[in-house]
Amino acid sequence: MTGSAITASGLRKAYQDKVVLDGIDLDVPAGTIFALLGPNGAGKTTTVNVLTTLTKADGGAVRVAGYDVTADAKAVRKSIGVTGQFAAVDELLTGRENLQLMVDLNPAADPAVIAGLLERFELTEAADRQASTYSGGMRRKLDLAMTLVGSPKIIFLDEPTTGLDPRSRRTMWTIIRDLVAEGVTILLTTQYLEEADQLAHRVAVLDGGRIVAEGTPDELKRRIPGTHVRFRFGSADELDTAVRILAGATADESELVVRVPCDGRTNSVRALLDKLDEWELDAEEFSVHTPDLDDVFLALTGHTTEVTAK
Amino acid sequence: MKSHSIVMLRRNLKHIARNPMSVFNAVLMPIVVMLMFVYMLGDAFSVGVDYVDYATPGLLLLAVCYGLGSVSLAVNADKTKGIINRFKVMDVPPNAVLTGHVIASVLTNLIAVGAIIGVAFLLGFDPAASFAQWLAVLGIVLLLSVATSWITVALGLVAKTPETAGLVAVPLIMLPFFSSAIVPADKMGPGVKQFAEYQPFTSIIEALRGLLNGVPAAGDLIPALAWLVGILLVGYFWASATFKKQA
Repeated sequence: MTGSAITASGLRKAYQDKVVLDGIDLDVPAGTIFALLGPNGAGKTTTVNVLTTLTKADGGAVRVAGYDVTADAKAVRKSIGVTGQFAAVDELLTGRENLQLMVDLNPAADPAVIAGLLERFELTEAADRQASTYSGGMRRKLDLAMTLVGSPKIIFLDEPTTGLDPRSRRTMWTIIRDLVAEGVTILLTTQYLEEADQLAHRVAVLDGGRIVAEGTPDELKRRIPGTHVRFRFGSADELDTAVRILAGATADESELVVRVPCDGRTNSVRALLDKLDEWELDAEEFSVHTPDLDDVFLALTGHTTEVTAK
Repeated sequence: MKSHSIVMLRRNLKHIARNPMSVFNAVLMPIVVMLMFVYMLGDAFSVGVDYVDYATPGLLLLAVCYGLGSVSLAVNADKTKGIINRFKVMDVPPNAVLTGHVIASVLTNLIAVGAIIGVAFLLGFDPAASFAQWLAVLGIVLLLSVATSWITVALGLVAKTPETAGLVAVPLIMLPFFSSAIVPADKMGPGVKQFAEYQPFTSIIEALRGLLNGVPAAGDLIPALAWLVGILLVGYFWASATFKKQA
């Protein structure tokens, strides 16, 4: 399977009067990590449900692993693994029994994978304890291990690290990166900008059922105004001169800092530095500041990622 | 397909074994109610026959209903935790998932029914039923258990949260009290009386009562069976449709 692992065009879905998906287009190349980034209620889970055959879209076309999700749902299901928003583990069963359940339900699965998965996810010691005794991080790991039982080529992860502590989150990131290194395609949803930035090759920003931006994390950061250069000077005199000679500069007098809009290209930065040289100014500190994805979200949607309504 | 059903059933049976409290509740509560009404209050009711003989058919029904609370909870937990979605993506057929819950529920019910019959005999229960009539009693109880289990599975799927799932079975537990289970309907106040006369459980209880007394009446049996088949069909199709629709 080369080319696209997942493609969607013009996806629409409404529940009664409420439009949840308002024309979503996606193209996820095989062997990459694609992140759907958005606040609660943006339509992330609905998108995953449509792509994984759980929900029928009102309109639009979806192909996953080369199969149409409506016409060939069974073929799609054989190619994918899905880890939902909540750890879907059976708490009354042990870790090992949960994995055994997946093996029993999957005719293609090999029972020998169980020991390997327990080992890989550091669950061997806890394997014979009921999952109800597991920590949040362990449940998530077991959840993902259960998804991997059938060795799916395309994996959907709906908010894989929501509610995890920072250490478990890092572990999960490592696991996700390892999977892609083995050739798996991953579509994940997240509310964490850092997570998309850390993991994804491409990011689609979802807001109100629409994709408001798409690209690599760096492309998204470049797409919005706000990249600027910061100079810190030793005296107020130098600060005043710098504000006069540099176009568009703004000063923070208490910190003796000047901010100058700049696209971050070497030529533009060199021009700024030449200008300082010309006036014999010497900045004590210099940095190029690129906005993080939080700034991107604010610029693209007009609101921040903080959404209280669920 | 078939092996999926067996895997699912094995999972549900393991749940029962790991969570014996749910069976204990399903067995203990009906017995407590039975002791309360028959042993403590029984002499106060004048129903024309020995009270234990009057009350046992209704208490069989109550024993079935008490077992249902944990079923809606279990089904709802599978739904809200995403376990059902996981099974769906693995192409496990709806019938396999839901039938596992129904069979587990029926087994719990049968244990409770057995316990009630045992306690009834200890309290002096003296039925006049023939062997064939006993078989008919068991058949009706089994049908009742299967039918109400399907309804409860549907309710568990429909409930948005575990809290509501815990409440959906309450009407089923209350319904026997507003039937001829404890006292004859014609001794009740206006309004309640008409409700008790025409609600499904009264005809089912009257059918059981007739059989256990050795005098089955077609006038009771036919509506009882009609109700049971109706409840079964509604429950089964409601649960299956809800399962397919939800994601």
